[in-house]
Amino acid sequence: MALKDITLGQFFPGNTVMHRLDPRTKLLLVVFYIVALFMAKNILSYGLMFVALLSAVLISKVGFKALLKGMKPVFFIVVFTAVLNLFYTPGEGDPLVSFWIFNIYFEGIRTAFFMVMRIMMLISCTFLLTYTTSPILLTDGLESLLGPLKKLHMPIHELAMIMSIALRFIPTLIEETDKIMSAQKARGADFDGGNLIQKAKALIPLLVPLFISAFRRADELAVAMECRCYHGGEGRTRMRQLKYVGRDYVGITIGFLLCVAVWALNRLGVF
Amino acid sequence: MSELILKTESLTFSYPAEDAPKEVLNGVDLEIQEGSFVAVLGHNGSGKSTLAKHLNAILLPSGGKVFVSGLDTCDEQKLLDIRRIVGMVFQNPDNQIVANVVEEDCAFGPENLGVPPLEIRQRVDEALKAVGMYQFREHAPHLLSGGQKQRIAIAGVLAMKPRCVVLDEPTAMLDPIGRREVLETIKKLNQESGVTVVLITHHMDEAAQADRLIVMSGGKVVADGAPQEVFQRVEELKAVGLTVPETVSLLYELRKEGVDLPLDALTVEECAQALYQILQ
Repeated sequence: MALKDITLGQFFPGNTVMHRLDPRTKLLLVVFYIVALFMAKNILSYGLMFVALLSAVLISKVGFKALLKGMKPVFFIVVFTAVLNLFYTPGEGDPLVSFWIFNIYFEGIRTAFFMVMRIMMLISCTFLLTYTTSPILLTDGLESLLGPLKKLHMPIHELAMIMSIALRFIPTLIEETDKIMSAQKARGADFDGGNLIQKAKALIPLLVPLFISAFRRADELAVAMECRCYHGGEGRTRMRQLKYVGRDYVGITIGFLLCVAVWALNRLGVF
Repeated sequence: MSELILKTESLTFSYPAEDAPKEVLNGVDLEIQEGSFVAVLGHNGSGKSTLAKHLNAILLPSGGKVFVSGLDTCDEQKLLDIRRIVGMVFQNPDNQIVANVVEEDCAFGPENLGVPPLEIRQRVDEALKAVGMYQFREHAPHLLSGGQKQRIAIAGVLAMKPRCVVLDEPTAMLDPIGRREVLETIKKLNQESGVTVVLITHHMDEAAQADRLIVMSGGKVVADGAPQEVFQRVEELKAVGLTVPETVSLLYELRKEGVDLPLDALTVEECAQALYQILQ
């Protein structure tokens, strides 16, 4: 098990415009992008979405390698969707290929292609968000964006706190897992061999100590937080204040224009 | 005459248990002056950590009273005030760091107190400079060493501008280098900023550096005084399962053999000086 390879939610520090945008702007941009992506219907609108993503990636200097690496876990879903759409989209006219019970129509290829594009771009744009935004800014942004829901007694501050503490403890717990694994291996535990059931069983001596330690940590952290006068979100200030500046307004405008452009391009009668 | 910052009055505490409640603290009377550096020394189970947890109202007394700068810790209305006056640092640095950027963690306390953003920035910078971690302010805590993490934990408490810091075995999980870093930070804090320090420890050499040493055993204070004084009571300390620093131990053994040596030489230099004089 390669625990160090977890890329989910990884952040690549940098100093590009993409990095410096306010996290709320980036969150909104992702929402705009997803909306536009689901509105897109023809090759032109998809093309525009692709160009938009491409330029965002180029600006952020994240590199396509990192994006593709993040795509690995969803590779299966992408292939699965493609195959399903390819075979099960009924079309007018004659099938292009036909064997046994399968018929492939032109519409099938088209839908499969668009579906794959849609999923890949969807994942890329969310990865681009987490790659260019530090987790702490991301939770700050979420808390601030969802702030109005506090009026409806939604525990937004608490959720943001939980999220940031979870993020804080991921490396600590990974380190701990590594330690427990080594300790159990030293006593003869086998994590790699055997079939699926044996592998799952082998995890028990790993998970039990990990859980116990996590609970103990949670308890100690709670006391430490109380000692530092934590008493919920009420009356709390933040050192880092989020502030919209010029580039954020530009960003949001671009996001909005993207949606409008996709809507307009959909009206053109191309395939 | 400096002000009294911490005071306990016949403090008792027992953890609730079904059969027989176990007395952990058994009548502790203490008075700690503002600005002093007090070490609390004791064996495992002597009640020293339990005492520490009473000093900022994490635990409330079963009997007796604890006053922090005149405020009764049982008064829930004053809880935040008490915790603002007395900051606390624990044993495991990993379990007291809240944020995943050093300066964000340092800002956690003042943020909770509702300090304005600009002032938080200023306090965070000051606190990180005071513990010598300013250049690491944008690092992720999990990439730092144990001693560095513990110094960040101390900075996190300092940013709240407490008048007193209670450290519950802050060096227990650290390597010798980390221990020295943390101890030097604590001493500097006490000397330069005048913060009252209560250091809970089971290391003799750490305790020896304080102005005042309190020895606990079985939930009671068994010795209280300047380290030079307390460590002279070698027999008593041995009786409660504690050893004395190696320097005192050496002088003590020599004295038993009839050599006329003072017992108050705590540092290696003082000890060497004492031996040198007798040899001359």
